[in-house]
Amino acid sequence: MTRQRCCDHSDKEELLETRRGREEVTMKGLSGSRCCFYMGFLVGTLSLYFLRQVWFEMSMEPDVLGEGQDSSVAALSKKRQASDSNNWRMEGATLINLNHPHHIGEDSSVADELYRKVRILCWVMTGPSNLQTKARHVKATWSRHCNVVVFMSSIDDPDFPTVGLGTGEGRDQLYWKTIRAFHYALEHHGNDADWFLKADDDTFVVVDNLRWVLSNHTPEEPLYFGKRFKPYAKQGYMSGGAGYVLSKEALRRFVEGFKTKVCTHTTSVEDLALGQCLEKMGVLAMDSRDTLQRETFHPFVPEHHLTGKFSKSFWYWSYCYYPIVEGPRCCSDLAVSFHYVDAELMYTLEYWTYHLRAYGYRYRYRPPLSQGLVERQAQTERPTVGTAGRGRTPAGITVGGDGDQSKAESGAKPLSDKGGKETLGKIPIDNNRTAVTQERQG
Amino acid sequence: MLSEGSSFVKGIALGGTFCLLLSLLGSFAPGMQSSPEDHHHHHIKAPTKDELQSLSDSQMVELSQRVRVYCVIMVQPSVLVYWSTAKDTWGKHCDQAVFYSSESAKALEAVDLNEQDEWAKLRKALKHAYDNAGDLRWFFVARPTTFAIIENLKYLILAKDPNEPFYIGHAMKSGELEYVEYQSGIVLSYEALKRLVNVFKDEEKCPERGRALWKLSEEKQLAICLKYTGVFAENGEDTQGKGLFNSKSVGSLIQDSMNKNNLDVVEGCCSDLAITFSGMSPNQMQVMMFGVYRLRPYGHNFHDSLIFLPPEGSDND
Repeated sequence: MTRQRCCDHSDKEELLETRRGREEVTMKGLSGSRCCFYMGFLVGTLSLYFLRQVWFEMSMEPDVLGEGQDSSVAALSKKRQASDSNNWRMEGATLINLNHPHHIGEDSSVADELYRKVRILCWVMTGPSNLQTKARHVKATWSRHCNVVVFMSSIDDPDFPTVGLGTGEGRDQLYWKTIRAFHYALEHHGNDADWFLKADDDTFVVVDNLRWVLSNHTPEEPLYFGKRFKPYAKQGYMSGGAGYVLSKEALRRFVEGFKTKVCTHTTSVEDLALGQCLEKMGVLAMDSRDTLQRETFHPFVPEHHLTGKFSKSFWYWSYCYYPIVEGPRCCSDLAVSFHYVDAELMYTLEYWTYHLRAYGYRYRYRPPLSQGLVERQAQTERPTVGTAGRGRTPAGITVGGDGDQSKAESGAKPLSDKGGKETLGKIPIDNNRTAVTQERQG
Repeated sequence: MLSEGSSFVKGIALGGTFCLLLSLLGSFAPGMQSSPEDHHHHHIKAPTKDELQSLSDSQMVELSQRVRVYCVIMVQPSVLVYWSTAKDTWGKHCDQAVFYSSESAKALEAVDLNEQDEWAKLRKALKHAYDNAGDLRWFFVARPTTFAIIENLKYLILAKDPNEPFYIGHAMKSGELEYVEYQSGIVLSYEALKRLVNVFKDEEKCPERGRALWKLSEEKQLAICLKYTGVFAENGEDTQGKGLFNSKSVGSLIQDSMNKNNLDVVEGCCSDLAITFSGMSPNQMQVMMFGVYRLRPYGHNFHDSLIFLPPEGSDND
């Protein structure tokens, strides 16, 4: 009787009664060991039943959606506060970066190498009324990737921190601020960096990509990079809003120009004035486009460049030094900057650049590195072209794409298969990567 | 005394084993081929790096051949712009993307369902997808106002067997019913779809035109029908428990994060391997293509276990 009802909860009372009944029977003289056997049986069944229930409930616990998430965000928040003080060292109003921000699970050996070899000081043009509305978001996002960061304002603010340039605020003060900011940078941090970037508090910069652009050049040459405009200067000048970078030599010459009065405060149009001064001092305006001639510094937001149609009467058409391209080819994969970026877009861009990705996606554009870093790259690239840490070519590839294509090529193919199929193409393990991308782009 | 003690112990052992046997037997309801545990876990987590690395090369080959997605995209002429955007953006990353329309549109190719009722449309589309799946074993159902990153979907379901029933997405609860939110995309394994198509024939359990006094949304209808076949909604999450299916746009989620905790806006927003977002304009979807498939910082490499090649004849990814 007991056996059929062993796992039925509602019969628990009956079982207990039965047990009591049995005890009575035992007292009436039935064999002791038999009774113990039945009791043991009951105990075993019931206890295992309850154990199973408990285990079941415990495995259901993760069902509480959201709770886990909240606590981890709060924990992250505390960690970030702690890591802020671990990541920055404040030297007066300057923030010296102690760590290059890292992501879990990524191999940033190449980026780290560039971080060491191409040192960038970022100075951000801001003002007292913009600190909490704009500069704060720059501080929380892209500026963490610079080697040194200085927020330049008209007034000192030891808490933010910002440097006080002793100027006023407003559009007419822009060139004064720029002049003083660059002087400050050279005087205080001439040895801490090789390149000096100027950006606005509504500019978003992908500093790692800037390092890639600069990696093929030496800071001892008088060079400057940015979004090149053509009017008013023979060699053109770089748009202020899209951000521009001076080599150490270029910065020295800029400061020298003011010392010798070759350069003066001519106009408040900061980017043009600076460009004209640099031209006088023999600094070269460079082409910052990628190996496919796609722009890297952008004077507008991504949506504008990728999907917008600039009306033919718009000033932009007559200003751009290089031909304007609308649509996806407007912008390099390794974009360096965007302008008119509000707070929400700052974080969105940070998310797109450093966080969101398509798992396993092999980018179409895989440009080469500069000569100096080539050897190191070849060593690290082998496992990348293969698969995660196995040290040999992977056996699994999936072709994403439309019906026919996937039917023809679906299934696993080792990466070393250099068959004539276009999508696989050549996957070189040497440095000859430009060939592949150029083939593709046709 | 000793014989009584040993009898007692024998009794415990036998009782315990018996109870386990009964519970195992009890779970063997007809039609369910997998253990109940699978269906009571309401979360599907992406595989960790360690899990993937522990697989052999031949296992990876098998998995990569299996993880191919048939996209069921439910359109109508009134959303022509979204329709063409989906076709030009994320739709290209499906192994097969088929558009199912309420009525035919001259401009774009679609399977004409000739149907206005949302639930009936969904039924017809899913039946058609099942019949035309070929050797594809995973189905992703969405409207063109959703943006999907198919590679991340493949990563989520990589180690899951499509011959088991899976119904994955952003799991929501309405009273007793757990369902997957339509707006953030619905994932069905082959087995789930098979069972669904079967239960469509049952007018009692899964009527084509709802008989309730109030009309249930098609996402809930779907959940009810699937529930009858023993398939339950599961929430898709990354290895850290962040949801992968979003019914809001990136901008909107960033705004929410900004309003909540100023220090970690990006960390508190969304997963690195998010699968869907919704509520973006067609232009914003083009920008997403740039943000997901192109924009990146030089020198950061992820040694992913699989490689997905870019689609042919495309320039925005």
